[in-house]
Amino acid sequence: MLSNIGIGLIASTLILSFLIIYIAILNLKISRQVIEKNIYKLSLFQTTFTVLSFFVLIIGFISSDFSLINVYENSHTTKPLFYKIAGTWGNHEGSLLLWVNILVIFSYLFLVFSHAHDKKFRLYTLIFQNILILGFLFFLLLNSNPFNSIYPIPLEGLGLNPILQDPALAVHPPLLYVGFVGCSIYFSAAMASLLSDYGGKLFAQSIKNWVKISWCFQTLGIIVGSIWAYYELGWGGFWFWDPVENASLLPWFAITALMHSLIVLEKRDTLYAWVIILCLSTFILSVTGTFLVRSGILNSVHTFASDPSRGLYILFFLSLMIFSALTIFFLKYKKKSYNLNLKSKETFILANNWFMAFFLITVLTGMLYPIFLDVLTNVKISVGPPFFNIVIIPLVVPFMFLMGIGPKFGWIKSKNKILNKFFFVILGAIAINLFIFYFFGKYSLLSNLIFIAAIFLILHSLLDIKKFINNKNKNELPRIISHLGFGLLVFFIGINHQFSFEEDFNLKVGEIKKTNKYQINFKNIEIKDTKNYKAVIGVFKLENLKNNLVQYLNPEIRIYSNPETLTYEAAIKTKITSDLYLTMSNVSRSEYYNIKFQDKPFMIWIWISSIMIAFGGFTRLTFKKNED
Amino acid sequence: MLTKKIKNRIFFLIFIFLISIVAISFIIKSLNKNILYFSSPTAIKQTEDILFGKAMRVGGMVKKDSITINQKNIQFIVTDFENEISISYSGTVPSLFAEEKGVVAEGRLTDKNFFVADRILAKHDENYMPPEIKEIIEKNVK
Repeated sequence: MLSNIGIGLIASTLILSFLIIYIAILNLKISRQVIEKNIYKLSLFQTTFTVLSFFVLIIGFISSDFSLINVYENSHTTKPLFYKIAGTWGNHEGSLLLWVNILVIFSYLFLVFSHAHDKKFRLYTLIFQNILILGFLFFLLLNSNPFNSIYPIPLEGLGLNPILQDPALAVHPPLLYVGFVGCSIYFSAAMASLLSDYGGKLFAQSIKNWVKISWCFQTLGIIVGSIWAYYELGWGGFWFWDPVENASLLPWFAITALMHSLIVLEKRDTLYAWVIILCLSTFILSVTGTFLVRSGILNSVHTFASDPSRGLYILFFLSLMIFSALTIFFLKYKKKSYNLNLKSKETFILANNWFMAFFLITVLTGMLYPIFLDVLTNVKISVGPPFFNIVIIPLVVPFMFLMGIGPKFGWIKSKNKILNKFFFVILGAIAINLFIFYFFGKYSLLSNLIFIAAIFLILHSLLDIKKFINNKNKNELPRIISHLGFGLLVFFIGINHQFSFEEDFNLKVGEIKKTNKYQINFKNIEIKDTKNYKAVIGVFKLENLKNNLVQYLNPEIRIYSNPETLTYEAAIKTKITSDLYLTMSNVSRSEYYNIKFQDKPFMIWIWISSIMIAFGGFTRLTFKKNED
Repeated sequence: MLTKKIKNRIFFLIFIFLISIVAISFIIKSLNKNILYFSSPTAIKQTEDILFGKAMRVGGMVKKDSITINQKNIQFIVTDFENEISISYSGTVPSLFAEEKGVVAEGRLTDKNFFVADRILAKHDENYMPPEIKEIIEKNVK
């Protein structure tokens, strides 16, 4: 039943896509400056049908309709309702349907909200967006159909991977998908802009809000994924330089560069070609990331659903996208003269773009090099975190200095006077760094530089806030929040890295371990039985030897039955100044439990400052609306 | 004659070119320093010029009844059904770590029979076998 309805809805979406492209092409030839009413109607129908198909799948999951293979493979009757619903997009087929949904919704919204712009440009955008929709719809129908049925109907499902049964991971994919797939609309718009010769300031205005929206969601999605990795994967870190994480960073670097250079295009009408390249590459990188992750080519610690046959289709579609993007770019791009003033905001925005490009190339190299080497020479290697740390971290220092200075410069030319102020802020930053260095602990030269640069950026942003309160730079608040967030993020990561304490040991029940700051007493284990899993809970008494504060930590070993899986849940005590983090594992029912204990200063502030970065983006969205 | 504008542009291009060369050679140099080679116990035995103390990865199956645990660390034997290597590790293991299951350890060789791991990798999916290990096993078990 549901299977037929679902496939019917998808098929109608597909037909509507063809229709829209056809009518749009006819409409292009008519010289009237208005888009035909029919196109709006068809687009609205298309949106309704895809959204309905997604709801049909959700209903399948809620009602545990195991006649759908997808539900059978990824759900179970005893699963809590929340995870039944989240299970809809927790698997490959369902997440692809979500992907198509976002493509279609963005296509309709762009059509509705772009009425101030050129008709030809809008129609071309619609055509390209629908070509993308078709591409992914065919993939969905031919290779990964979430509505495939199974007969005889199984009585019980296989269940969702327990590690995915988590609130953070329920919202993580939709956030990231809005961010990644949202890029599709300005991919299409960039192609349309080249074809319809609609460039410059107007083009910048037509896509800027879409860039901001997808930037905000990408940022938030990456943060949520990182928070999940911190408390679920049990090793106490939050960034692993894992291929999957890297795949999500690539489009983020491109889109961050785009967001900055778009301002130049809007204000100064230069950098058009560069903006187009960034528009095209952001979405291409999003699809590349998805391709690498979904196909199983990237060997990652958290690849959940992968299958090589999927890779081939996405690879084909991806090459088609890149090829047509390049062809149109070189055929249609017209050269414009370009003047750069060294002492202007543009220079700094360009510098931002160079840094972003450098980070992007670094991460891409680290990610792809092992794949190439394996294919060419059959030598198996992996590139670990040290590579990324060594290449990226030193460059964050000049990057942050420029981030602090850049916004102070005016658009065309600036006076030398502002340089005096920078001098005092640098002195302030050095003083604060020296204070931390002498009173809390010593660290390397590079760390010193990082702290100074981070504090420099923070101080600058704080000065900007003071200015904002005095009502001098009204439109700059979003930028200030995001830049301040970034400064704080680097600062707290630095502190966290510098002053973290970690100890690994094995304990039997009843034993005590002394470290130089804590006494850890493994008092007892308790057994808990819930509907979804059984748990072995460790009772650890932690005594802080310096202030005699006693705390209890309860890490768990969970045994899920559907499917049968073991997970280790970390015990985390979060405080404003630090996190205590303890995980325990047990091998072959040995008497000894393996313990990992960590004291991580200012952990919560890493999350707060990274959320600030995303929050800055969201305020910018509301800000500009007020202005219009 | 070259105008000032064209001169500036040429300098700018040369500048960008030099910067990119520096950046790319920096990336490649650090990459070569920080790659981790993957090896099987047999490959370790057979390689003559193996580097002790350099970070690398070793993979295979955890041998049955080989896990021993004391107060400080966990020791186990990894086999590719031809050769074996002892691995010692301290810390919590991933939930999929078990006897007769595939494992990848990251760390350093102290000699050809003994490996100290900093990190144990195991995958989230219980049916999943790391491709490197799959290849080794298919080669040795007929």
